Amino acid sequence: MTAAATPYADRIRTKLTAALQPARLEVTDQSHLHAGHAGSRPEGETHFHVMVVSDRFTGLSRVARQRMVYQILADELAERVHALSISACAPGEEAVAAAVAADA
Amino acid sequence: MAENQVFERIRSEIDNNDVVLFMKGTPMFPQCGFSAAVVHVLKEMGVPFKGIDVLTDPPIRQGIKEFSNWPTIPQLYVKGEFIGGCDIVREMAQTGELAQLFSDRGITAQNAA
Repeated sequence: MTAAATPYADRIRTKLTAALQPARLEVTDQSHLHAGHAGSRPEGETHFHVMVVSDRFTGLSRVARQRMVYQILADELAERVHALSISACAPGEEAVAAAVAADA
Repeated sequence: MAENQVFERIRSEIDNNDVVLFMKGTPMFPQCGFSAAVVHVLKEMGVPFKGIDVLTDPPIRQGIKEFSNWPTIPQLYVKGEFIGGCDIVREMAQTGELAQLFSDRGITAQNAA
């Protein structure tokens, strides 16, 4: 196990899984892309991308979905996580997120 | 209260400017990749906007997070309405919803410089 090595990624996964029961969840540590930038730390785990598919998002606006994720991860954002990029999809919407990601 | 004064300044900015981007750095020199991405989208669309640099204004930097109930920068407002941050702006640009939003709100694109 690498639990000790990636405590924040593990916490993000655990909390989102518990709160959203996602059909799909990908937590990507992108801190290495921001090394030396504002908000980065030598120990990493400051910049994350989260791709989450959950039926809890159905019928909610984009803003409402992201607020939900931000609130679930409020402690992590306050402590260490400087940037959290979020793709929050209801089941069946993943194609849009994939298209946006490809365009990035 | 100090917080109310900050909120009033924010309210004044978003009431008096059709498109406002609270960002790190300036539209000419963004200091953060996420802010730069939103500037890029707006410039590509040729939509005039006012950039507010939160790095040079600490009360606004904290106040806008509370005002919007949104913990990150950048933040885009259109006609006083909170639209979202970088992820949402990029998604909406991709799907065409952003162009529709500007059109619906009567904001016309100008020829990009």
